[in-house]
Amino acid sequence: MLRKLMAALAAALIGGAAAAAEIKPAVVYDLGGKFDKSFNEAAWMGAERFKADTGIDYRDFEIQNDAQREQALRRFAQQGYNPIIAIGFSQAAAVEKVAAEFPEVNFGIVDMVVDLPNVRSILFREHEGSFLVGVMAAMASKTGKVGFVGGMDIPLIRRFACGYLGGVRYVNPKAEVFQQMTGDTGAAWNDPAKGAEIARSQIDRGADVIYHAAGGTGVGVLQAAAEAGVLGIGVDSNQNGLHPGHVLTSMLKRVDQAVYKAFEDAMKGQFTAGIYVLGLKEDGVGYAMDENNAPLVTPEMKAAVEAAADKIRSGEIVVHDYMSDMSCPY
Amino acid sequence: MFLDILLVLDSTLRISAPLILACLAGLFAERSGVFDIGLEGKMLAAAFAAAATAAVTGSAWLGLVAALGASVFLAMVHGFACITQRGNQIVSGVAINFIAAGATALLGQAWFGQGGRTPSLSGAAKFQDIRLPGAESLAQLPVAGPIWAELISGHKLLVYLAFLAAPASWWVLHRTRFGMRLRAVGENPAAVDTAGISVAWLRYRALIVCGLLCGLSGAYLSTAQGAGFIPNMSAGKGFIALAALIFAKWRPIQALLACLLFGFLDAVAIRLQGFDWFGLGELPSQAVQALPYLLTVILLAGFIGRAVAPRAGGVPYVKER
Repeated sequence: MLRKLMAALAAALIGGAAAAAEIKPAVVYDLGGKFDKSFNEAAWMGAERFKADTGIDYRDFEIQNDAQREQALRRFAQQGYNPIIAIGFSQAAAVEKVAAEFPEVNFGIVDMVVDLPNVRSILFREHEGSFLVGVMAAMASKTGKVGFVGGMDIPLIRRFACGYLGGVRYVNPKAEVFQQMTGDTGAAWNDPAKGAEIARSQIDRGADVIYHAAGGTGVGVLQAAAEAGVLGIGVDSNQNGLHPGHVLTSMLKRVDQAVYKAFEDAMKGQFTAGIYVLGLKEDGVGYAMDENNAPLVTPEMKAAVEAAADKIRSGEIVVHDYMSDMSCPY
Repeated sequence: MFLDILLVLDSTLRISAPLILACLAGLFAERSGVFDIGLEGKMLAAAFAAAATAAVTGSAWLGLVAALGASVFLAMVHGFACITQRGNQIVSGVAINFIAAGATALLGQAWFGQGGRTPSLSGAAKFQDIRLPGAESLAQLPVAGPIWAELISGHKLLVYLAFLAAPASWWVLHRTRFGMRLRAVGENPAAVDTAGISVAWLRYRALIVCGLLCGLSGAYLSTAQGAGFIPNMSAGKGFIALAALIFAKWRPIQALLACLLFGFLDAVAIRLQGFDWFGLGELPSQAVQALPYLLTVILLAGFIGRAVAPRAGGVPYVKER
C-alpha cells in the first residue's frame, strides 16, 4: 500500500515537473518599458508573481522601437517559448502576423483583439474602473471642477475619459470636467513636461482633482497636482505612493492578473484562445486603497464608491463604453 | 479673461525657457561655422546628469554642475570629430543624439533600476520658484499687480536666466572681440586665419558656450520644470530649437522671439483643447495641436523670407590644400 502510494506520489511529482518544464512563458512589453510605474509594470508584476508561486522562469523583452515588436515575438516563438504575451494595443499587427506563422504556439495580447485560433485577446472594462475613480473625484472636489489628462488621443483613452465623466456626473450632475489629450503620436506617452503644463492649466481653471491616463506623461501630471496642493489620480498600477497624500487613488487595471492567468492556464494545459473581457465583476479593474491615500478617503466616499461598484457588478449601473459607438453620452 | 491671458503667457514663459537656451546654444555653434544637430542629445544628457546627481546628492546646484559638464563633454566630442578630425558635422550630431538617448536610458536603468528613470526629486534637489519682492503686496494693484505677481514672479531661476541669455548673447556676439571674431569665422574662416587667429580654438570656444547653454536647458527640463529624468524626455525640443534658429535667421533677439512664439502657440494649444467655440462645439484636439506647425509653415513661407545660414557653416576648415 505504502509502496503504491509512494509510486503514485512519485509519478505525480514527475508528471508535475514534466508539465511545468514544458511551458516556457514569455512577455513582450510595449514602448515605455517594464518599469513605467504603470501599465507595463503591472504585466511584469504578474509574471514575477507567477515565477514566485510556481518557480517557472520566464523571458521578457522591452522593445525600443516599433520595428522590434515583430522580431521579438518571432524570436521567442522560434526559441520555443509558449505562451507569449504581448502587452499593448500597438502590438496587434505584429501578433497577427507572427501568430499566423506559428499556429502551434499560444499568444496573448492585452488591450486589442486579434482574431486567430491561437490568440487570447484580453480586454479590460476601463470605463468601469474609471467610473469609480470619477465618483471619488467628484466627492473629493471642493470646487466642483475636476480634470482628465489623456496620453495619445485614441478611442481606448477616450473610454477612460468617458467612464470618468460618467462617474463624476453620477455624483454631481453639474460638475465641470476638463478633458485634455497630450498629443497624437507615441511621444504623448512620454512627455512629463507637457503633462505638467496641461495639469497646471486645469488647476488654474479651478480643477482640484485630476485623473491621468497618460503613461509616463502622467508622472508630470501627478507632480504638478502635488505641487499645487491638489489631488491627482493614478492609473493602471497603484501610483498612490508617488506623492503620498496627494494621490487620491489609482484606477487599477489588473494586467498582472491577466498575465498570471494566461501563464497558469498554459501550465495546466487549459490555455484557450478567444476574447476575454475583464471588468469589475471579474476583478479586472478596480481602485487602489493603501496607507498612502487612507487619510484622503472619507468613510462616506468609501461607502459611495463601494455602492457604485456593487451596482455595476449587479448590472444596475451600466457604464457607457466609448468604443462601442465612439461617443460619450454623459 | 484678463487672468486667462496672463496664465497662458505664464505658461508660455515656462515652455519657452528650454527652447531659448537650446536655440542660443545652436546659435553660438552655427555662427562659428559648426552645424549642431546634436542639441537634442546634449539636452537629454544634461537632463539625465542633472537629475541623477541631484537624486544622489540632494542638491540641484550640484546637478546643474553635472549637467553643464556632461553637455560640454558632448560638445567637445562633437568639436573633436568635426573641427580637429574634419568629420561630417551632421553625422557627428546625429551620432551624439543616438548616444545620448541610449546611454541615458542604459545608465539610468543600471543605477536606479526604474526603467531608465531617476527617482522623483523634491526639496533642495529641485530648483524652486522664485518669489520676486512685492509679489504679494502688489498683487492687489489693478493690471500691473497681477502681471507682476502671476506673470513675472514665481518662476524658476533658469527661466530668468534664459531671458537674460538672449540680450547677453547679442552683446557678446556684437560688442566683444570674441563675438566678432566668432561671427567672422562662420562667414570666412580663411580671413580670420590670415589675421593670425586660430580658427580651431575659436570654434572650440564657441562649442563650449554651446555646451554650457544646452546644459542649462537640460537641467531645466529635469530639475526645474520636471522633477526627475524620464527616457527621451527632451521630446524633440532640440529640433524645435533648431527650427527656431532658422526662423530667427541666426540672430539672438529674434531667436528669443521665435522661441516665445513657439512656446506661446504650444500654451494656446493646451488651453484651447476642449474649449467650446461659442456653442459650435469643440475643435478636435488634432487640429489644435497642428496649429503651431501650420503657423510656422505660413510664417516661414510668407513673412520671414529667405533664411541664409552662415556661409562657412558645415564646412570643416582646411588651412592649406
